Amino acid sequence: MAILTANKATKRFGGLVAVDELDLEIQENSIHSIIGPNGAGKTTFFNCVTGFYRPEVGEIFFNNHSLVGLLPDQIVRLGIARTYQNIRLFPNLTAMENILVGLHSHLKAGFFGIVLELPATRQEEKIAVEEARRLLRFVNLAGKGDFLAKNLPYGDQRRLEIGRALAARPKLLLLDEPTAGMNPRETQEMMDFIQHLRDALGITILLIEHQMRVVMGISEIVTVLDYGKKISEGTPAVIQKDPKVIEAYLGRGSAIEAHGA
Amino acid sequence: MIGGIAGVLLALIGMVEAFSQRDIINNLISMGHTLLLLVAVFFGYLAAKRTTRAELLWILVNSLISGLIVGGLVALLVIVGSLINLRKVFVNAMPLLYELLTFKQGTQVGVFLLLLAGAMSGVLAGLFFISPQIIRRMLIMPLTGIIGAGVLQDMLRPTFALWGPLAIINEWLYTANGLTLNGAIGLFILIAAVSLFWAKRGSSIKTGVRHLPPKGQHILKITSLLILIFILLVLPQILGLFLSEVLTIVGLYVLLGLGLNIVVGFAGLLDLGYVAFFAIGAYTMAILTSPELAFFNLSFWGALPFAIIMGVISGVILGVPVLKMRGDYLAIATLGFGEIIRILVLSDFLRPWLGGAQGVGKIPKASVGGFEFAGPPQIYYLILAGCFLVAFISWRLRDSRLGRAWMAVREDEDVAQALGVNLVATKLLAFATGAAFSALSGAIFASKLSSVYPHSFNVMISINIICLIIVGGMGSIPGVIVGSIALVGLPELLREFAEYRLLVYGAALVAMMLLKPEGLWPSEIRRRELHGDELVETKQASRDEAPASGQ
Repeated sequence: MAILTANKATKRFGGLVAVDELDLEIQENSIHSIIGPNGAGKTTFFNCVTGFYRPEVGEIFFNNHSLVGLLPDQIVRLGIARTYQNIRLFPNLTAMENILVGLHSHLKAGFFGIVLELPATRQEEKIAVEEARRLLRFVNLAGKGDFLAKNLPYGDQRRLEIGRALAARPKLLLLDEPTAGMNPRETQEMMDFIQHLRDALGITILLIEHQMRVVMGISEIVTVLDYGKKISEGTPAVIQKDPKVIEAYLGRGSAIEAHGA
Repeated sequence: MIGGIAGVLLALIGMVEAFSQRDIINNLISMGHTLLLLVAVFFGYLAAKRTTRAELLWILVNSLISGLIVGGLVALLVIVGSLINLRKVFVNAMPLLYELLTFKQGTQVGVFLLLLAGAMSGVLAGLFFISPQIIRRMLIMPLTGIIGAGVLQDMLRPTFALWGPLAIINEWLYTANGLTLNGAIGLFILIAAVSLFWAKRGSSIKTGVRHLPPKGQHILKITSLLILIFILLVLPQILGLFLSEVLTIVGLYVLLGLGLNIVVGFAGLLDLGYVAFFAIGAYTMAILTSPELAFFNLSFWGALPFAIIMGVISGVILGVPVLKMRGDYLAIATLGFGEIIRILVLSDFLRPWLGGAQGVGKIPKASVGGFEFAGPPQIYYLILAGCFLVAFISWRLRDSRLGRAWMAVREDEDVAQALGVNLVATKLLAFATGAAFSALSGAIFASKLSSVYPHSFNVMISINIICLIIVGGMGSIPGVIVGSIALVGLPELLREFAEYRLLVYGAALVAMMLLKPEGLWPSEIRRRELHGDELVETKQASRDEAPASGQ
């Protein structure tokens, strides 16, 4: 069953059509990749799904809920969380606090509850801290919770960002280039981790990725975008042989790598 | 060079002159001279620090040169001043100044003395730089103590004189105009001894405290807290009228600062019109209570909740139109809001209700039972209670879901929203809470003065509050208190500063940004953030190496 459906979604910036009548179906519990040359509209599509942009034409449904016109904070409550291409942690908050902010939409404490420290508030905060600790362990950052996010090494920051997204308890997780700037060993670890997310937590994963090794290694379905249009879709094996994909990538070396992979 | 120019500038703007009216040690050295010497010493020290070559001689020569330059430039001023009349441009360049600068010895001897003094302080600074830590500490603490005792003599003397045994110390320490020589030497030795003792034993005491069982530590914490509260409670009784007045002003600024700290420090919304809420609180109190206007004639306590509610409402009214603004745009819009309120209050249109330029008078004092908060020593308690309440609320909020949401908005608004933070509610709550604290401060202010005037609410107050938050440490609750004491309390105490208040503010801000950008008392996180970097990095470096070697 499709968890996310885009129906002729279109986003324009002035004369530029960044996402052009895109039809897309993400199956529940799958790992789905979106690839394409730079400027193909991948991140713009993410921004449309998470409410940063509002598509001018078309619809996006999440579990039969229309997302168009909703604010980002309403969308995350429905169960969609994301990470960013260039890491966007809260740099001056600790790792722990970053995750606690991720839990924000699941906490209820109000102004007077906090000031008077009502028993319900105290209990809620205690559970939240425990859950944050659990998530830190889950993303392999145990013991680093009190470090400021900006002081963490790059790989830790990537994982912390995923941990923060997981704190929102998403059903669908959007990962924007999770392995960007990683060495082969870190990349492999990240791939295992993404697989584990899906298998252990049952979260549907939609990812944008440039490293063909990752795309071909873990995705079940691949969608290829070029100039905002979907030019191909299918299993990695099918995609690799599609002449249109090779043409879009021609001269970039990625096509050759894709053949090799 | 810069040091010399600074010295000349200080002399020219009249600071030296104003300060030299107050002797630190009687008939020996005045505050004006101290200021100049400090400039020379500071730049001598800087030169020593900048010296790239490690030889002692070079360090000393460098600091000597820079001290000499400072002295030389001031001397140059004296020579030029004796040849040409500078008073046309610099009002303060009068004969008295030259007399002061040359130690009343005439131009030639004076110039020589100035050069000598500059060179000496430069060398001293150099020596100071190369001397070991313990000697440095033993010198700097007592000297600071003496300068402090000299500068604050007007406050300390009457206070001492009130108490029997202290009066004797007072006699010994001070003459009519400054410290006695004996007193200064005695004070120097006393503080040096204490700092030596602390240097030797301090660390062992600290570890001793740390090794106490948690229960013992808890008891220690509570006792020190109780002692602090006790001191705060008896303070106005000891200090007399003038100092109590200063304390109430500091307290009102603490209230304002804690409120703005939520808006600027926590939520990162730069609000330059914050004084508007202070005015709204004060005027609400005035309108509801003053028999002059005779609208409601409520008591202080009857009007206080309305003042705070008005603050909340106006906070939301300001918040709604500026929700989408960020950074500079927000600052300008809020600045306008502050001015709008002031001009509204001044306007003839609203005169029948708000009193126009003449303000509103006869605002009743607050009272509990038979106790009336009449003068500063009584109002102090009202403000102290307010500060405790507001600090408590700020502290609870900071460590909560809402505080985290504010900080997330400060760090990255878009990401915070994508994690479920409702931007509208979060920002409005910050504005409303800050405005409520400010209105509380305004209401107490109105009752303290018994009257309100539009000109009490100019934009300078907003700027003062922002400055004290920056100097104290953004987002830090104790920082607000430290900042208020430093930027509001001290200038009240040093009446010589009054004229140069803005200059000192500017200098303090620049110095803070350069030397200690996280503030005098940074919040816990900030402290780890800026000065703990090295520590964290070394830890991380070792951790990064571990897996690499495992490969």
